[in-house]
Amino acid sequence: MRYIATIALMLTALITKAQEQIEMADVMRDNGKIYVVVGVLLIIMIGMIIYLITIDRKLSRLEKENNKDI
Amino acid sequence: MRNWWKIAAIILLTYSLIAGFLIEVPKQVILYESIRNLYFHVPMWFSMTLLFLVSVIYSIRGLGSGNLEYDRKAEELVNTGIVFGILGLATGSLWAKYTWGTWWTNDVKLNGSAISMLIYLAYVVLRGSLTDEQKRARISAVYNVFAFVLLIVFIGILPRMTDSLHPGNGGNPGFGNYDLDDKMKLVFYPAVLGWILFGLWITNIRVRMANLKDKIEI
Repeated sequence: MRYIATIALMLTALITKAQEQIEMADVMRDNGKIYVVVGVLLIIMIGMIIYLITIDRKLSRLEKENNKDI
Repeated sequence: MRNWWKIAAIILLTYSLIAGFLIEVPKQVILYESIRNLYFHVPMWFSMTLLFLVSVIYSIRGLGSGNLEYDRKAEELVNTGIVFGILGLATGSLWAKYTWGTWWTNDVKLNGSAISMLIYLAYVVLRGSLTDEQKRARISAVYNVFAFVLLIVFIGILPRMTDSLHPGNGGNPGFGNYDLDDKMKLVFYPAVLGWILFGLWITNIRVRMANLKDKIEI
């Protein structure tokens, strides 16, 4: 039984041959669209970071103002 | 330069985003390009765990000193950590749908992380139910300790002891096994650090907002 299992498993190795068989998003890389993906995500992330910086600055201003009153 | 660490967060996150999509990754069946989710899904959980760890440390120090500053920090660290945990669950669920074929499964790690999130949500509810500041600080600090211990048990210990579908648990290889030329680590470690700093930044803002609110209302 163990021999049959071993041979069966070794046969599956034939279908998982080489790295070239595994399809990655090479089309996206070839036609440069991957940079669109990166661009979109960068826009989102930089937008969120700008928002964070804005409220951080607003807070600092309020804190300073508050400290002056006291 | 007081805010150097905020700038570091921005640089690390921007780098991990760009490199995360452009740098070569190991080719694996089933995963294909989604292996890049490693740079986002895992940092969510690492950041959450670190935020919760710092929180429980502040809770313990608060228990010793009675200083409400510590209690405030512990609270906001949990609040931010919960956001990261929810994002971790959501990103993991989407990833699971396209790799395991299901949004959710009865897996030790998944159930454990969901339960841990509920435990921390209960921390928020507990705080909301107590009005006296000192009492609230003490009781929620004790609860925080138990919550963190349970977190470690549910997501760190139990999944490694039984069968699990999740990478890194139950006999499955972690992604380190695929990353033979360490190219993924080149993006992964900066990403983890970036998201941790980002979480601390959000917490910092929350704490300052809460402190300012207190001052204005008095």
